[in-house]
Amino acid sequence: MATEGLAFSPQAKDHIRELLGRYRDRRAALIPALWVAQREFGWVSREAMQLVAAELDIPEAWVYSTATFYTMFNKRPIGKNHIQVCTNIACYLRGADDLMDVVKQELGIGHGETTEDGQFHCESVQCLAACGYAPAMQIGQEDHFNVTPDQLRTLIREIRGASPSAPPPMPAGGSADA
Amino acid sequence: MHSTPYVGKPHAKEHRVLLRGHMGVDFTDIDNYIKHGGFSVWKKVVENGPQWVIDEVKKVNLRGRGGAGFPAGIKWSFLPKNDRDRILVINSDEGEPGTFKDRYLLEDDPFRLLEGCLITCYAINAHTCYNYLRGEFHKGLAVCDSAVQQMYERGWLGKNIQGSGFDLDIYNHPGAGAYICGEETALIESLEGKPGQPRLKPPFPANIGVFGLPTIVNNTETIANVPIVCEVEADEFNGWGCSERDEWGRKAQGGTKLLGIAGHVNNPGMFEVPLGITLRECIDDLAGGMLGDAEPLCVIPGGASCPLILPKDFDVPMDFDSPKKVGSMFGTAGIMVMDVDTDILEVMYRTAVFFQHESCGQCTPCRQGTGWILALIKKMRSGKASDGDIDNLYSAALNIEGNTICAFGDAAAWPVKSWIENFGDEIRAEARRRAENPPAVVDYGHH
Repeated sequence: MATEGLAFSPQAKDHIRELLGRYRDRRAALIPALWVAQREFGWVSREAMQLVAAELDIPEAWVYSTATFYTMFNKRPIGKNHIQVCTNIACYLRGADDLMDVVKQELGIGHGETTEDGQFHCESVQCLAACGYAPAMQIGQEDHFNVTPDQLRTLIREIRGASPSAPPPMPAGGSADA
Repeated sequence: MHSTPYVGKPHAKEHRVLLRGHMGVDFTDIDNYIKHGGFSVWKKVVENGPQWVIDEVKKVNLRGRGGAGFPAGIKWSFLPKNDRDRILVINSDEGEPGTFKDRYLLEDDPFRLLEGCLITCYAINAHTCYNYLRGEFHKGLAVCDSAVQQMYERGWLGKNIQGSGFDLDIYNHPGAGAYICGEETALIESLEGKPGQPRLKPPFPANIGVFGLPTIVNNTETIANVPIVCEVEADEFNGWGCSERDEWGRKAQGGTKLLGIAGHVNNPGMFEVPLGITLRECIDDLAGGMLGDAEPLCVIPGGASCPLILPKDFDVPMDFDSPKKVGSMFGTAGIMVMDVDTDILEVMYRTAVFFQHESCGQCTPCRQGTGWILALIKKMRSGKASDGDIDNLYSAALNIEGNTICAFGDAAAWPVKSWIENFGDEIRAEARRRAENPPAVVDYGHH
């Protein structure tokens, strides 16, 4: 993804100005402003951090230290569909590993990997606060609870645009074996 | 696949006050909230004044629902007795594995929390309130933003609220994926835009908190209880709790508790119970018993950091104090149940991955120790461990406990200690078996 000549849209700038009005200290608007940047650009590049620093009028080092501390800010481009499977205790007890296997079978990717076409990025994550509806996962910003392997397989195929009854598509990289 | 958390019909052993998901009413709409009694207590609050609210909260001994169980009224009384501006912060950074109660309040019944914020701010004379939600709660943030907007439109926020002369602004503030921000001083750092690394106390937040101002940080569920505390008589509220049964040496503990049950049970989910229901009742009655009628191995009673409770102690009452008598903690009341076929090393591994991933890196014993714990458990899990490694593991846990700025270090150490103390022989035998015949294992959660 190119970051040359990166700039916030007027709407994003307005949003950040509004955020600044909520706090007595400009730095406090930083995490909400980084969210604005991530929504705007898909990930938070060094250039995006510089833009946030300029917009908030705070040192870039502050932006860098905060952006790199929090795991939800993507410091590199990720796939269009961000699959996050919780593999922590409660979800593990209810079969989360089977969901990771389905992602591997369907897309050929495991934790921290992106499909070659950039459509999917997979991560195993730590507790989504849905332990009574385990296994739980998020695709993009959408929560999915009590997910079965079959449901996930259907969901992935729907997102790929294939009909659920079609044979499994070839994975973009890696092995299709679980 | 449910798109929203599912709340079933109330069980006979439940007592539902906060949990109203079964009513089929859209409580994210302010009109519905008001129709079902919302904001009706405000008149009584303003007539009686701020001190009355604090007294009521103290009278029912409303204890913090976020894990530590500290009485909210006492916490508020630590604020300086002067006119200095102060801030209320709501800790909606729910992320302790096993815990999923605040998600319901934020997504399905946000006004209960926000009305609690209004009354609490009135009581402690704060005019700014931040609701800090964990970054993963995208829906919760959208719902709370809409709810705050509706309150401004109806004159329940802003200047001179409902003619009372009291002003209040509430802002929802998203985190971005850091469990440690549930620790109150880390949350304050995060709210100020910094990495979430806990502060040394003192000074306590009640004196120096957000932006250097006196700050109270309360859990979501605690504050959602405040309108109820003001609405009903103290005796009634306390009657829902367990002030009677004191063979466990308990003081009065008012009210109900949202309680989550997960793991190997027939009916996992969220329930609202009178404080003091036994763990056995939670598993056998609320959760419909063990999955496939399996024998239970043990229970993690209140989030991943709590030591285990074994079946012999399942009659322990679930309240703020009793689980301590069997060597564990009430925590957040996020119960995880495991059956006898559970792979202990695998659960230890998931727990270790979590704590290693979430250590903020500030204190050496925790930053290094959580890594050593994970490395040792990985060795055992993949069949590469030698016999002494279980002792090294125990020693690594001991060297974290008590040696860090915040309680995260203890939280990382306790489960390791508890597993080894209760199942040391089993773990040793399993590690040996695996060393003879190393299994293929997949690593989760490493960068």
